[in-house]
Amino acid sequence: MRLTINGQRHDGAPRPGQCLRTYLREAGWFGVKKGCDAGDCGACTIHLDGEPVHSCLFPAFRAEGRSVTTIEGLAGFCRPEDAAPDALHPIQAAFLAAQGFQCGFCTPGMIMTAAALDQGQKRDLGIALKGNLCRCTGYRAIRDAIAGRAHRDTTAGGDPIGQSLPAPVASQVVTGRARFTLDAPPADALHMKVLRSPHAHARIVAIDTTEAYAIPGVVAVLTYADSPQRRFSTGRHQDPRDDAADTLVLDAILRFVGQRVAAVVAETVAAAEAGCRALRVTYEVRPALRDPDRALAADAPTVHDPLDRPGDDAPPLTRHPNLSAEVHGEVGHVEAAFSEANLVYEQTFRSQRVQHVALETHGCLGWRDPDGRLTLRTSSQVPFLTRDALCNLFGFERDAVRVVCARVGGGFGGKQEMLTEDLVALAVLRTGRPVMWELTRQEQFTATTTRHPMRVTVKVGARRDGRLTAISLEVLSETGAYGNHAGGVIHHGCNEVLAAYACPNKRVDACAVYTHALPAGAFRGYGLSQTIFALESALDEVARSLGIDPFDLRRINAVRPGDPMVSNSLEPHDVVYGSYGLDQCLDLVERTLKSDPGPEPEPGWRAGTGMAMAMIDTIPPRGHHADAHVKLDPEGRVTVRIGTAEFGNGTTTVHRQIAASVLGIAPDRVHVAGADTDAVDHDTGAYGSTGTVVAGLAVLRAAEALAERIRERAGELSGAEPAACRLASGMVETPSGPMALSEIGPLAARGRADGSPRSVAFNVQAFRVAVHPVSGEVRILRSIHAADAGTVINPMQCRGQVEGGVAQAIGAALYEDLAIDSDGQVVTQALRDYHIPACADVPETEVLFANTHDSVGPFGAKSMSESPYNPVAAALGNAIRDATGARLTATPFAPDRIFRAVMAGVSGEG
Amino acid sequence: MDLNTIETVIRPRDRADLPDWRDGDVCLAGGTWLFSEPQPGKRRLVDLTALGWAPDAITAEGLTLAATCTIAELDRLELPPDWIAAPLVGQCCRALLGSFKVWNVATVGGNLCMALPAGPMIALAAALEAICTIWAPDGSERRLPVTEFVLGPQQNALRPGEILRSLTFPASALTRRTVFRRISLSPNGRSGALLIGTRDSAGALTITVTASIRRPLRLGFAAVPRRDALERALAETIPDELYYDDVHGAPDWRRHMTQHLAGEIRDALADGAPA
Repeated sequence: MRLTINGQRHDGAPRPGQCLRTYLREAGWFGVKKGCDAGDCGACTIHLDGEPVHSCLFPAFRAEGRSVTTIEGLAGFCRPEDAAPDALHPIQAAFLAAQGFQCGFCTPGMIMTAAALDQGQKRDLGIALKGNLCRCTGYRAIRDAIAGRAHRDTTAGGDPIGQSLPAPVASQVVTGRARFTLDAPPADALHMKVLRSPHAHARIVAIDTTEAYAIPGVVAVLTYADSPQRRFSTGRHQDPRDDAADTLVLDAILRFVGQRVAAVVAETVAAAEAGCRALRVTYEVRPALRDPDRALAADAPTVHDPLDRPGDDAPPLTRHPNLSAEVHGEVGHVEAAFSEANLVYEQTFRSQRVQHVALETHGCLGWRDPDGRLTLRTSSQVPFLTRDALCNLFGFERDAVRVVCARVGGGFGGKQEMLTEDLVALAVLRTGRPVMWELTRQEQFTATTTRHPMRVTVKVGARRDGRLTAISLEVLSETGAYGNHAGGVIHHGCNEVLAAYACPNKRVDACAVYTHALPAGAFRGYGLSQTIFALESALDEVARSLGIDPFDLRRINAVRPGDPMVSNSLEPHDVVYGSYGLDQCLDLVERTLKSDPGPEPEPGWRAGTGMAMAMIDTIPPRGHHADAHVKLDPEGRVTVRIGTAEFGNGTTTVHRQIAASVLGIAPDRVHVAGADTDAVDHDTGAYGSTGTVVAGLAVLRAAEALAERIRERAGELSGAEPAACRLASGMVETPSGPMALSEIGPLAARGRADGSPRSVAFNVQAFRVAVHPVSGEVRILRSIHAADAGTVINPMQCRGQVEGGVAQAIGAALYEDLAIDSDGQVVTQALRDYHIPACADVPETEVLFANTHDSVGPFGAKSMSESPYNPVAAALGNAIRDATGARLTATPFAPDRIFRAVMAGVSGEG
Repeated sequence: MDLNTIETVIRPRDRADLPDWRDGDVCLAGGTWLFSEPQPGKRRLVDLTALGWAPDAITAEGLTLAATCTIAELDRLELPPDWIAAPLVGQCCRALLGSFKVWNVATVGGNLCMALPAGPMIALAAALEAICTIWAPDGSERRLPVTEFVLGPQQNALRPGEILRSLTFPASALTRRTVFRRISLSPNGRSGALLIGTRDSAGALTITVTASIRRPLRLGFAAVPRRDALERALAETIPDELYYDDVHGAPDWRRHMTQHLAGEIRDALADGAPA
């Protein structure tokens, strides 16, 4: 077959069933991304004779004689190995100017689609972009890019802190040159595919691999017999003991539909798939536990039966083997306080399973480097913890394994897990060859992790004047087949939700239980989104019953500096009021909503407003560490080495701004290299919103140490006191005149941050909605969000984090539900059945920042990645309650689930 | 996605070139569904686009669409001005879950053969009383109304080796007034209920119900019924078990919305009715 790709003649022979997407990638065009491989997400969009198509749906053989343009060639003809062009296509320039991306994985397809829109289509982007999904931005920045609105600060000079500088990788992203995890794999890489359990609970009696090995191209089959016998948790934390070691690389006991049964490693993906189909597995099917409410019953099937682990240490002594983790605590006298309250409100709220849907699926590429060292390039938020886990699992010394990340295509907590690296490592060790494993979108849904589904019963007592007298939470969290993050999530989920209120009597009874279901794991908000939905909904009812404005109810009860921050115990902790901006957030949102409540609803729709707040500790507890190295080279340029991974959170930009500010140089002279276990000693990882407040603080300290050395060296060279030397404008000003940095380098310094003390950040969200009283449809008329992020180092990026968090939470509140049927099979296996917000679903959110300066974070900054997600579901539920009279107690508020309640509420009101 | 079990692509140039049907064969039109899901049992692709069918033909008798006519080609058609049902075409194209990029490739026939309850080409064809022309492997042809072609979710009336050749819309249907109503769980989501009403010059009303039920149904009324009579007719024609149950809408909501949208259509078409 002969075709033209980006102006180059290309001859090739596509496989009969090959799609154009993989054909183009095999030809070296890695700007063609795989988000879903099913025509839903648009990341693979290319132009075929000028018409945009989803290349994953297009048979490769049909490209014969046609002209293909990929993102790389949009600005002009090029070859795969060419660098990014200097002259951009206007739409690429527009995405650059508006910074219309975060992780950038959807961006090539977004740009290729936008480039094909006519003026009419641009007027209704909700329709025009319905085949392009972005999980990071919330679409505002994309809409702005297409409309030609620019946001990045282009004025040079001044302190970079507080400037909306563009991401260093921006031009690579918009031209399709940014390299993600599986771009440009070695030519001799083997491919791995995994056979997955059809049963929710079974024991593998035998696996016959004969037919699989007979398939040409199959190199190795890995089964439980090949697995290291050491157990680990896929969940990764600084202290590995935080998560129960209950998982094997390959286990003879299958605990959920979708668990790994065996892996086939082959020369091609097709051979690996055929190998999986050829495996003959004998299962002994066992009774499965599907209902979390039954998990602690005496006769419930046991998910982790000690009898299945002969020779192992006894499992932790809990009152039931299906109890994965628990939190119990009380301060004050809750029952007495309830009996003395003027009002007691009690309700049970349910939060469903939702999936992260990072556009880049999990994937890992492993090989042995020339010295034989095991090296993995992986899509991870925690490369160092993964390295440590692999060393522990395989019995290696730390320096025997290297883990690196390329640019990571979104995380949201889903990549705070070791879900691919263990098996790829085993395959590399077994075959001695490079091995690549790319999860399909279907596997993302059926075999990775989700948010923990929770049932939260909240009880609130209040006095007539609005003072809360007592709060109790009863939480049942379903961790599924494995306990990764089970304990962390219920501890965190029951913490800041209560610590945010100065109420003397509080109680928590929380359990996380095992079931034979897809495991839950770390997810943006880490337990708080579920409990905050419950408490903030309940407080709305309390405010209504007492006739108190909901903003005022928060003002009366929320903690203020000086109040102890107490959740459910009086144990000492290291959380301080490094700054406090909740009062400003409440005022900002209330005032803005009043001054502009948004458009009127269409005739026949009911309108209402609602709000909710959230508090979050700026750093996870018990240690979160980052090392940074900052080096001045002889050319006067600066390199920052840091362990944290960039997955769209914008930390690379922030670290560059911090180093540039301290060293008094232009930001574009700072290069930031991250996420390589060889680069620095340690980095706990990019989770818990720590990229700015921990890794950024390490960069700040390293840069300050380097600045000190530069002044010392300048002093030596010029004969002045170091204190008389000053770094500014890319020079060192000395009493005897300015010195260029290139006269001073090379010099290097290190910095470290350990994640303590910690501060608190706040978010307040309000919505005005319209609800259709018959269909149950909900439309957002106005969305306002105030964030207390301390010093906002990059307003454009921080706004994007807030918008993205709100959008993702709107998805969880209105649409998303990872449904599992009674057999334990995930029902929603494709993006067309698991609806994440598209452009049309996400309104503009007005983002407001409190004016605070934090004493803990670098330059007064606080974290702001996870927390905007947390108040959204309650704020929406409260607005729907205001509009219809219906108190909704379970998300998502999808029309088919709420129409009866809405109709009853509306008629009750009349 | 790559369909790695496919061993051969057959590209017939004319009907005589069509291969003898074997297990594992599958017809390829646009490919937008075929390539969107794993197809582990499929071995040969029979590429219908190689047959080079003209996408459309407009005559005094009506409109004929080749099964391989793409959604984009259909949307671009200029129909005679007296075919006042023409706006339905655009409305149904826009009801496709896939984006305008999918329109460039996806076909009308593919949408029918998929037989998904939410297939908007099914709604269009059922409401306008289109007839399917089917090629049988023995060289003969047979014809079926769309409501008999689509039998249930992912179940059509094609027998092994049969191919959907075309759809014919009679001009009599294209000259009716129409009203389109649709709802989904998200603004541009997969249709949870898609109803189309038509009214002819004699005053007869049809209401075609799709998406909310497992296969399309068309209800006919000689004149606009009263609302309660319409409700009764829907209840009698559509048993509860015919309402579709999947993640795009619970059956009770689909029933509720079917009644509601049918009522809206009735009201919209009741106005300006001939005496």
